Amino acid sequence: MTTTEVKPEPKAAKPVEQLGDRIFAGSAKGAGILILVVLAGVAAFLLAESLPAITDSGSELPEGLTAYIAPLVFGTVVSAVIALVIATPLAVAVALFISHYAPRRLAQTLSYIVDLLAAVPSIVYGLWGIGVLAPATVGFLEWLNTYLGWIPLFAGPPSVTGRTMLVVGVVLAVMIMPIITAVAREVFLQAPKLHEEAALALGATRWEMIRLAVLPFGRSGIISGAMLGLGRALGETMAVAIVLSGTGVVTFNLISSENPLTIAGNIALQFPEASGLTVNILIASGLVLFVITLLVNMLARYIVERRRDFSGAN
Amino acid sequence: MPTGTEPDKTEDQTVTGTLARPVTAETLPKVRGSLPRWAIGAFLVGSLVLVGAALAVVGFSVGLWVVLSAILFAVVTYATSRVVEGGRKATDRLVTVVVTGAFLLAMIPLISVLFTVISQGWARFDLQFFNSSMRGVVGEGGGALHAIQGTLIITALAAVMSIPVGVLTAVYLVEYGNNSRLARAITFFVDVMTGIPSIVAGLFAYALFSLLLGPGVRLGVVGAVALTVLMIPIVVRATEEMLKIVPNELREASYALGVPKWRTILKIVVPTTAGGIATGIMLAIARVIGETAPLLVTVGTALGVNLNPFDGRMATLPVFAYYSYAVPGVPREPFIDRAWSAALVLMLIVMVLNIVARLISRVFAPKTR
Repeated sequence: MTTTEVKPEPKAAKPVEQLGDRIFAGSAKGAGILILVVLAGVAAFLLAESLPAITDSGSELPEGLTAYIAPLVFGTVVSAVIALVIATPLAVAVALFISHYAPRRLAQTLSYIVDLLAAVPSIVYGLWGIGVLAPATVGFLEWLNTYLGWIPLFAGPPSVTGRTMLVVGVVLAVMIMPIITAVAREVFLQAPKLHEEAALALGATRWEMIRLAVLPFGRSGIISGAMLGLGRALGETMAVAIVLSGTGVVTFNLISSENPLTIAGNIALQFPEASGLTVNILIASGLVLFVITLLVNMLARYIVERRRDFSGAN
Repeated sequence: MPTGTEPDKTEDQTVTGTLARPVTAETLPKVRGSLPRWAIGAFLVGSLVLVGAALAVVGFSVGLWVVLSAILFAVVTYATSRVVEGGRKATDRLVTVVVTGAFLLAMIPLISVLFTVISQGWARFDLQFFNSSMRGVVGEGGGALHAIQGTLIITALAAVMSIPVGVLTAVYLVEYGNNSRLARAITFFVDVMTGIPSIVAGLFAYALFSLLLGPGVRLGVVGAVALTVLMIPIVVRATEEMLKIVPNELREASYALGVPKWRTILKIVVPTTAGGIATGIMLAIARVIGETAPLLVTVGTALGVNLNPFDGRMATLPVFAYYSYAVPGVPREPFIDRAWSAALVLMLIVMVLNIVARLISRVFAPKTR
């Protein structure tokens, strides 16, 4: 039988080909193509369903679609950025602790716990956020407002329920921390042992060894983990929907009860009751969220690819 | 070494010019002292006691006590170490304190989450919760039977749809792809799919079915499609990683015996890593079983048992927990309790899946040699 492959593998032995082979190869290829079709479908159907909202001339939204979505985009970005700023340093520290500071046996247990926490459903974090964290922060918010009120972020007046942007950011940070930690830990553990031992042999202290051998190697891992977490925080729905009662304002004031909602949180709150054009408007906002996360993911991939060539690992 | 610390001048002399000068106390290499082992513990206890005593005067609060003690401990350790052991050692000790402190800080919310869910969820973690639905329940009582069944049915449906597609795609990528343009495109778009927010997957499934069946559609199978979109990339990634570590010798040995490629894959390659693939699938199921947002927009919720995913709304555990908490009835307490219990059950399911996955991967670890 002549070859059906365009490029025969040079090193592997040429296998016998049968009818079964063609069926199996075809179905494997078909599954792969199906994934491409599904993804194209996601984009196409979202676009098709949001077209009515885009072309609509102000019957439902007098101010237009952009004016409706802009505060939501703002809220999405602000909450995700707060989460990332809090979670990344902590996650890197936890990953370092597990990989280079904790005793071996404790480290194993801690890894399991972190992996388990990364799998805890978001609704659990959401319930914790409104049931425990929000009431616990009320006093802290007042303190922030009293002593740091001159910073626009803490201008207040502080919320009396604790259901604020800052709390949402912290809940999201708690959610994405195990994810970033898991990625960073894997990379830190893969740092070349010989580099570490060489650094120690030259008299480096443990911190110097980490700075010279582990962190340069792990930099791209930290970035990709952080971007993974950012993507998760941008798209996180339930924690936001359950904690925030948004008012559609654009403000950097993180501790008042007037907060912008996020795209995902807004969809979760509005969609179950929505009908008619409102559904299309919400789907259009979902399309915007899709594009934002797509851009973040591509940026992450680009950074990781570019860093790979220059990282200390080579 | 570009660490920004000045090497001791005396050290240089010991290497290059010990004999150039007479050996005196000044020219001998300066031996740095080191802190005794008990010192760190003593500093820690000392900081705790000092700050505790100071706070006892002005008014005690656990949070403030811990934070101030940690700061005092870090400062004292750094200062003493700098005097006794030198700058580099001091920095090292400071970083150790900071890393450990950050670790402990990070553990607080995570432990608080676990503790809260278990202690709050325990109130309604009884038999009634598992054998009755919410039909006809006004206040106390009632359970999440319908929600548990709905979650299991929808997740099973999603697994049935995504496992074959995911595993076959991974087989294509590893065994047939040959780094062709199609294979590279699939790899790229699987990565893209990993980043789809769950609510967008829900909107996609809704948009798809509302074009087919008319607007306002709420069916179990729509939710299953949404979960499938989220699950496929995880299965592909996990299976791909596993297939890649099967040594080529196994495949070549099989070809050498005249076994066709598809039988080689089915009988040699996949069985070698069956445990790893099963682990990946379990973890993927654990990931999607807790998804709330896509089910909220596609399946809605229901009060009674509905076992048919092709007919009408279904209740699911995460959505049940969300609605019980967000829009409780009167009186409030039974609804809040049920919400926490549902969260606890959900978390237990996820943890069991994770632990089973680990056990599978340990017992059936791929035999690579």
